[in-house]
Amino acid sequence: MSVKVNDFSIHVATVNGSGSQSSNNVLMRAIFRMGIPVSGKNLFPSNIQGLPTWFTVRVSADGWTARRVETEILVCMNDQTYVDDVKALPQGAIVIHHDHMNIASIRNDVTSIPVPFSKIIAEACPEPRLRKLAVNMVYVGVLAEYLKITDEAIELAMAQQFKGKAKVIDLNRAAIQAGRAFAKGSQSAAPFPYKVESMNKTQGKILIEGNAAAGLGSVFSGCGFVSWYPITPSTSLVDYFSEYAEKYRVDQKTGQKNFAVVQAEDELAAIGMVLGSSWMGARAMTATSGPGISLMAEFAGFAYFAEVPAVVWDIQRIGPSTGLPTRTSQGDVSFAATLSHGDTKHICLYPGTVEECFTMAGTAFDLAEHFQTPVFVLSDLDLGMNFYMSDPFKYPDQSLNRGKVLTDADQEKLASSGRYVDVDGDGVPYRTLPGLKDRRGVFFTRGSGHNAKAVYTEKGTDYVEQMNRLSRKFETARNHVPKPLLEGSGKNKIGFIAYGSSHEGMREAIHILQNDLKVSVDYLRVRGFPFHQEVLEFIQSHERVFVVEQNRDGQLLSLLKNEPLLVRELPKIESILHYEGFPLPASFVIENYKRLTSGQKSAAA
Amino acid sequence: MVTPNRVGLTKKDYFGSASTLCTGCGHDSVTLHLISSFYEMEVEPHQVAKFSGIGCSSKTPAYFLSGSHGFNAVHGRMPSVATGAAMSNRSMMNIAVSGDGDTASIGMGQFVHIIRRNVPLLYIIENNGVYGLTKGQFSATSDKGSLQKKGEINTLESIDLCLLALELGCGYVGRSFSGDAKQMVPLIKGGLSHKGTAVLDVISPCITFNNHEGSTKSYKFVKDHDQAIHEIGFVPSYTPLDVDYDHGTTKVIDLPNGSHLTLKKIDRDYDPTNRQAAFEVLHRARSEGALLTGLFYINPDTVPFQDVMKLAETPLVQLSLSELRPSKSALDEVMESLK
Repeated sequence: MSVKVNDFSIHVATVNGSGSQSSNNVLMRAIFRMGIPVSGKNLFPSNIQGLPTWFTVRVSADGWTARRVETEILVCMNDQTYVDDVKALPQGAIVIHHDHMNIASIRNDVTSIPVPFSKIIAEACPEPRLRKLAVNMVYVGVLAEYLKITDEAIELAMAQQFKGKAKVIDLNRAAIQAGRAFAKGSQSAAPFPYKVESMNKTQGKILIEGNAAAGLGSVFSGCGFVSWYPITPSTSLVDYFSEYAEKYRVDQKTGQKNFAVVQAEDELAAIGMVLGSSWMGARAMTATSGPGISLMAEFAGFAYFAEVPAVVWDIQRIGPSTGLPTRTSQGDVSFAATLSHGDTKHICLYPGTVEECFTMAGTAFDLAEHFQTPVFVLSDLDLGMNFYMSDPFKYPDQSLNRGKVLTDADQEKLASSGRYVDVDGDGVPYRTLPGLKDRRGVFFTRGSGHNAKAVYTEKGTDYVEQMNRLSRKFETARNHVPKPLLEGSGKNKIGFIAYGSSHEGMREAIHILQNDLKVSVDYLRVRGFPFHQEVLEFIQSHERVFVVEQNRDGQLLSLLKNEPLLVRELPKIESILHYEGFPLPASFVIENYKRLTSGQKSAAA
Repeated sequence: MVTPNRVGLTKKDYFGSASTLCTGCGHDSVTLHLISSFYEMEVEPHQVAKFSGIGCSSKTPAYFLSGSHGFNAVHGRMPSVATGAAMSNRSMMNIAVSGDGDTASIGMGQFVHIIRRNVPLLYIIENNGVYGLTKGQFSATSDKGSLQKKGEINTLESIDLCLLALELGCGYVGRSFSGDAKQMVPLIKGGLSHKGTAVLDVISPCITFNNHEGSTKSYKFVKDHDQAIHEIGFVPSYTPLDVDYDHGTTKVIDLPNGSHLTLKKIDRDYDPTNRQAAFEVLHRARSEGALLTGLFYINPDTVPFQDVMKLAETPLVQLSLSELRPSKSALDEVMESLK
């Protein structure tokens, strides 16, 4: 049997709260340090200790990072789940497991490698209370030996994971070496069928989670105020914002901060604080997930109608209700787009890569301030909490778009414009900030009916005038949101549309379609709502369009259906929907493409 | 009315738009007291931010200081808006007007948390014990046993917002009556001079839905039952303090902005810097059904939220991009750590 190099997946089944996260990160980073593209996906429960958790490391010389359904190597550390875990394996897989587990009684078409983990860790770790945590490092050592991961790479990964803490590193090194020694002593004559070989494909690259990228991007785009209520999977975004801001936005001499992070009593208060801050003139944001978005509904409508900027990151998880809090989803797409009662429409951004989490943090503020309206950035658990390889982020050296803000110096404009007057014909009015001396520019901001001069009114004609201007403003935003990105010639008959974290699975699916199935297709990744003109044109110019989403109801498609220009195009659009809560694998797209096109070879040709 | 104060503004410069509340509404008196206070304190309106929620009370910020920006938030959520605003521009003087429904029911959570955080603002509750804008339902501050206009008896306990504020660690807690300009104006000025959250519960009768026999928030009831715990005065920083105060009967409290509150004894000794005493007097009044007014508690050394959060002296909104955006070398350093 030949040895497969740099192209396989490792699935690690552990118990949460057992320290396996550190072990898995060391394993992943060590492979990354050898120059091999790698990605890690954490499938964890909504629990702190004692429930099953899985981590998948995908090693891919070609740089594919989407989740794969099949796995080549399984590490069984969890007594509760190993029977099911083993049953789910493809034929021929390798199982590294506790020696008390009887794998042969479950399957005889997989390779069993029993490891006396308890005995090994008892010898390697003198401190009994640390053994439960350190035991997970033993499988890192076993894998390192079998897969030929170098000691040097392991050391680099540990230094990063444990931030140079010598004692912790020593303890973990001992566990890893013990695992290595066991594997060395028990290797059979046949070579292990998988291994890693050093490459240079990760040189200069970074490994980062989307939430870290978003927090960092916010620090570098002038965000002054953050309020949030803790909720998985968005919490780490604010944690990262705080971490980076504490490091780079604090006056070294005085210890004073040029930012504030306020933990709110709930999401209603979080968005309320953001509106107060934006109204005052700061760049303010909040981060939340579905249940928080529900609570923010009333203020979202206020901000739309009274025209107050706000940036809301929604790291989507499975709903409705509490749903599956630690599973990924694109289930808030249609809700966020029209959040609140009455006629409301919100600008939405759909970052699809960690780099976009970084850049769209700035884009969101620019759009929110330019259009004086809330902007929802719809990331998800997969993109937010898993590690992705990326080029280092470029320094954002462009200035900020603070929008149409009049100061006391703008005498002429203050004389001619009212708060809600469409001076420039683009639907975007001029605003002023508290502290303005010139009384012509002082307004009362309210969610009740107001006319162009911001005076309270219940007149139907004034209401219609304002609502129509808001519609014009939204229409202006259409070509200010990030353009969609096209992969393919654009001349094919079949088009795929996807967005957000589906990108990694889509990229790979398109590659398989073109190279293995010999089907030429175009792939358009939508990055914003309202839909850019190019999204509409893409649909118009293709004979058949598949919209791939991670929700049950085809929510992005439902928004597309509202576009008057697409009314006649609807029969040719179909959904491919993945909503079991795990990241989208390419194989799912392929299977569904085949299902939808079976017996229609001509359409696919 | 036409005499300019020392910043060159007449009282008229502190007016807002015309009130649309019912003739005789207590809230309009509160508006007048606010206008007097700001005029006499010589505050320039552009330095003030006004906040309110929803309800009759929350309309009032439109009726004073038309030269100040105002934010009329959603129902019960004004405190969060004011918190975000105060954190972003610490140079503003913040005035919030709410009602008993907006504060003690739908907004209870946010009321509690703005006090906990000690966000600098004067939070006035125009408390009439009734939902006026929806035509007369009991509110959570209606006293047990009081009567609705149509005769229904309130069977639930009332919430005492002063006691609650005290419990939450509020550093400025007072109660007054909208009809008592002499007491209210110094209480407003003291609250505006306070460094943290100042709560002023103002019994402000609803002339239309809660001014009848059997109501404990009617003009007649309040006039008959109002017991001031002291006679309060405000001495601005620019006026020398009268050295002839009888210290046996008058307490002087120094405020952070150099002004002073004077508290003259009426019929009892009362030390408003003693938090325990405030609890006692309010609990006793509650059990006796008495209506006490005055400054129950003040802690002039309170630490405002911006300082707790170690916020820069320069308001966040005045920081330039170069101050807000870290250097390229900072980003390079982060990128290096992720390789």
